[in-house]
Amino acid sequence: MTVPLRAGVGLKPQHYREILETAPNIGFFEIHAENYMGAGGPPHRYLAAIRALYPLSLHGVGLSIGAARPLDQDHLRRLKELIARYQPGLFSEHLAWSSHGEAFLNDLLPTPYTTETLQRIASHIDEVQETLGRQMLLENPSTYVAFAESTYAEPDFITEVQRRTGCGLLLDVSNVHVASTNQQWDPFAYIDAYPLGAVQEIHLAGFTPETDEKHRPLLIDTHNRPVDPLVWQLYAHAIDKIGPTPTLIEWDADLPAWSELLAEAMRAEAYMTSHAPGQEMRLARIG
Amino acid sequence: MQGLAERQQDFALALLDATRAMPRGLLGPDGLPSRRRFAVYRNNVVAGLIETLKENYPAVHRIVGDAFFRAMAGHFVLAHPPRSPIMLSYGEGFPQFIDGFEPATALPYLADVAGIERAWNEAYHAADAEPLSANDLLAIDQDDLARARLTLHPSLRVRQSRFPALTIWRMNIAGGEPAAVDLEAGGQDALAIRPSAEVVVHQLPAGAAAFVRALGAGKSTVAATIAALEATPYFDIRTMLAGLIEAGAFVGWSLEREAGGEP
Repeated sequence: MTVPLRAGVGLKPQHYREILETAPNIGFFEIHAENYMGAGGPPHRYLAAIRALYPLSLHGVGLSIGAARPLDQDHLRRLKELIARYQPGLFSEHLAWSSHGEAFLNDLLPTPYTTETLQRIASHIDEVQETLGRQMLLENPSTYVAFAESTYAEPDFITEVQRRTGCGLLLDVSNVHVASTNQQWDPFAYIDAYPLGAVQEIHLAGFTPETDEKHRPLLIDTHNRPVDPLVWQLYAHAIDKIGPTPTLIEWDADLPAWSELLAEAMRAEAYMTSHAPGQEMRLARIG
Repeated sequence: MQGLAERQQDFALALLDATRAMPRGLLGPDGLPSRRRFAVYRNNVVAGLIETLKENYPAVHRIVGDAFFRAMAGHFVLAHPPRSPIMLSYGEGFPQFIDGFEPATALPYLADVAGIERAWNEAYHAADAEPLSANDLLAIDQDDLARARLTLHPSLRVRQSRFPALTIWRMNIAGGEPAAVDLEAGGQDALAIRPSAEVVVHQLPAGAAAFVRALGAGKSTVAATIAALEATPYFDIRTMLAGLIEAGAFVGWSLEREAGGEP
């Protein structure tokens, strides 16, 4: 089932029952693939029931596409099985790495933007798309450091990965804001430089403001609160340029009541309605 | 220039070992190294894994309190980082780690409570299967019963303790009320299973743990009964089988081949 040009939310076990009891009018749900890689049990039972009612987006957090080492073939196989079982409309992963040797570090770690990284990531994405038999979306990261060896600006790096692999993109607008604040980039210029034609999904999330040792702002990508007003502005800017796009509210920690999460999704839909380019043209003609 | 593999090697080692220097070339917006920024990654990894353990071991967390749990889990996380991207199952070795964790020796039952939580977690995510009813098992010919092999439910887990670990676990999960427990009151054997929707934890009678273990190792009913009798002379097979069937412990059966097999 195709994911519609509407808003959705990340599916959390705490909300399973309320979703099934109230059947909310929402565009789609997104799951973290790794949370449904158990053999059986309640997570699969609830997901199957919810999937029967809504489109689904599958979001991986463990494939480690940015790692120097080869992709984990067992993990790719598990992803392929999940996709066959739940038929998600979208599948996305991160421009990040998280595995080293035998250890899985359970965080989305940053990569330097070099020619070597570009080749490595492009060949991993080729392998993913070939093995899964479908296009994947790549998500831009939230970052806290820059690498001395980087030779590409992040949007240029992503443009080149997209061009080489034909992958789709997931534009995480909150990550643009977080990384731009942390790195002192212009977030609007970032979005303008991003290959927007390839964007098939948008993420929005909350972050935690801190400061570094020189009292510069340091935003932490915590997904534990409402979307910030500055991120909504940036979102409106993106929607102005690309029109309505499946948009996910990511809220993974300190979860709110279901009604609050749903209200965030409805807010995103309101932005899509009021900022879609087609809409403005229509209003202009009427006016 | 350092290649990607070495870069990630340095980065990963420094994440897991706070005594190592921050890798070179990790910069803030002024182009100078920033320790605070690198520390965000270190904290994300360690705090994230501790949080995962806290979710998977809620009773242990409640018993020892947040500060002690975080300290203990922090040691475990650095010594045993995950081997898989599937966090549902992270912390398999945590009960054993607790057993050898010096500061926790005042709570000798803690590792066994953790063992029950682990069993619960494994039962929750195990494959689904339909248990056999008593009627299904009546189909086994009486003459064949002794040599029948009973197949255990894929979610079934057994944990034995020389302490009343099951009582302590129940008091420390959601809805439980901690109270004084006599640690000399004798051991408890627990069986965790998810016959359909929810995980259920039962206390097993004496001998049942040995019986179930033997069945799990592919032994026949008679061989499992002998194993149970070796564990306790007070083993009542009828009551125990009825209890296990009621709990949904069996999903199939087959007949053991005669020694030497068919000609």
